[in-house]
Amino acid sequence: MIQEFKKVWKQYTIGMLWLLGLLWPLLGIHPDGTLTFRTTMMVWSYILAGSFVCFVIYVMKAGDSLKFIVDPVSRVVGNIRTASSALPTWVWILAILVFALIYPQFAGRYGTDVAISVLLYICLGLGLNVVVGLAGMLDLGYIAFYGVGAYTYAILNTTYGLGFWVCLPFSGALACVAGCIVGYPTLRMRGDYLAIVTLGFGEIIRLILNNWMTMTNGPNGILGVKSIGIFLPVFENGFTFEHFWMKKLQLFYYFALALAILAAIGVQRLNFSRVGRAWESIREDETAAELMGVNTFMYKLLAYAMGAVFAGLAGAFFAARMRFVSPESFTFLESAMVLCMVVLGGMGSIPGIILGVIALIALPEVFREFEAYRMLIFGATMIIMMLFRPAGLIPAKRVGTRSEEKEG
Amino acid sequence: MTTQPILELKNVHSGYGSIKALKGVSLKVMPGEIVAIIGANGAGKSTTLMTICGIVHAEIGEVYYHGKLINKVSAEKLPTMGLCQVPEGRRIFPRLSVEENLILGAFYRNDNDQINKDIQQAYDLFPILGERSRQAGGTLSGGEQQMLAIARALMTKPKLLLLDEPSLGLAPIIVQQIFDIISRINREDNVTVLLVEQNANLALQAANRGYVIETGEITMEDKADTLIKDPKIREAYLGE
Repeated sequence: MIQEFKKVWKQYTIGMLWLLGLLWPLLGIHPDGTLTFRTTMMVWSYILAGSFVCFVIYVMKAGDSLKFIVDPVSRVVGNIRTASSALPTWVWILAILVFALIYPQFAGRYGTDVAISVLLYICLGLGLNVVVGLAGMLDLGYIAFYGVGAYTYAILNTTYGLGFWVCLPFSGALACVAGCIVGYPTLRMRGDYLAIVTLGFGEIIRLILNNWMTMTNGPNGILGVKSIGIFLPVFENGFTFEHFWMKKLQLFYYFALALAILAAIGVQRLNFSRVGRAWESIREDETAAELMGVNTFMYKLLAYAMGAVFAGLAGAFFAARMRFVSPESFTFLESAMVLCMVVLGGMGSIPGIILGVIALIALPEVFREFEAYRMLIFGATMIIMMLFRPAGLIPAKRVGTRSEEKEG
Repeated sequence: MTTQPILELKNVHSGYGSIKALKGVSLKVMPGEIVAIIGANGAGKSTTLMTICGIVHAEIGEVYYHGKLINKVSAEKLPTMGLCQVPEGRRIFPRLSVEENLILGAFYRNDNDQINKDIQQAYDLFPILGERSRQAGGTLSGGEQQMLAIARALMTKPKLLLLDEPSLGLAPIIVQQIFDIISRINREDNVTVLLVEQNANLALQAANRGYVIETGEITMEDKADTLIKDPKIREAYLGE
């Protein structure tokens, strides 16, 4: 134990002194020019005490002094893990589906609203996963295609009075076209350069939405977008269909759920197809993929366009739910959030992304009271995640799954 | 000889921006041959192969494959024409399994039955790959990765195989094994091989003919046995 202590005490001391150096300017320097030390020292000593307990536990664990606690705990965890892996995947999927289906029945209006937002972000996250997780291209302007989809529906609906289901394919298609237009010149870049160029193009699209007054009504946004309409059979005066605008949030939830499920199935199918394999080869080594006969440019463009389609569809749903679109909703921060969801959940893993979205959308809603500290906690969580689970909450089971499935 | 060369470079200049790596390279590869290009670091060996494959574009000069000009043919079309490269440093797909790496080699092909047969054949040729077919490519040792890279290239059914430094960073015993396999592929499957090597001794032993490249120019061309006996070569490349 003394050995372990000797190994880490220096780092611990430096870390705590670093924290003091960080805290004092924040807490001890006041705008009127006075300098105080009391609050800083108080906060710091609390943190010091707390972290010292963690430090001691760490040292004891490393020195095997905690065996009597660690062993049973790890045994229980191991048992749970084997028990959960004994259940086949479809049981999990079924359980989650059943839960998703009955959820609006017991969640209130607010809960359903949050859930819709989660479902739309799942669709976004899965779309971005195609670009980032499968094809390995860092896209920082992804939210622009969400915006294109949302505006397409909003404009078609308010100007021409077209219904949601007519506009939905247009939203997807237009986002796809926007993806191709942006992708064509940018996808010649690689790595960091691509990230910066996509960031630029994302901002350009947002600025167009913001400044094209005649078309998008600029920063005022478009009001009065209709919600999803459905045709229901009516039996008065013979058999006809009548068009209803959906007012109930619960019904909207089910449509959003359908979208998320379709997106998940779509991405799953893509992942295990010939196209998915080509994307993965590009992610792994672009030059080698080219030498093996993969048309890298076309496949990269395809990945970009596919991602944009998912975003465009989600965007149409977003506009229909909000009944209002404005450029405010499509800032860079949103792109970063979606990227965080993908990275936090685990790139390339569909359950991971779903969990990542829930973690980043639903949890902040649950902890509304701590709103002021939300971003602080958010940042800390991301750092801790990257330290302890760099591959994400549920890492993609990449290696060998496909080949094994083929045999089984 | 009256037969048409499978690959011919005529006065090829290419480079990276303002850096000119090749200053007029001309060479010929006849069907069924093993040809070695030897040279020191930075002489332009890899650039020659990359120019043939269209990853680097020739600024001046022509590259002919089966008598057809392929300067403007994009890189991903060449495997369909039977020209495939094993790039320098292996460049396998590290997070994909060995089997998936091989399947990607057959990317342009649609004949699934034949692809499965070819994968089996690759496992016969390199039994170690068969044992590790489920393992991620990146977890293989250097020699195994080189074997995988060669096997992956063979999945494209090449008529002409370009090999860039197959001995790089490998133990001598593995290098010998890999060169044996290269000769075997050449003999049994009738694959023409163009080989780029720093290990001149080894390359010239395996090859029929050799070219010596120095600062982007071919300075010598002869039968491999003649080159290996040439005192200048022995001094410059074989350390004598």
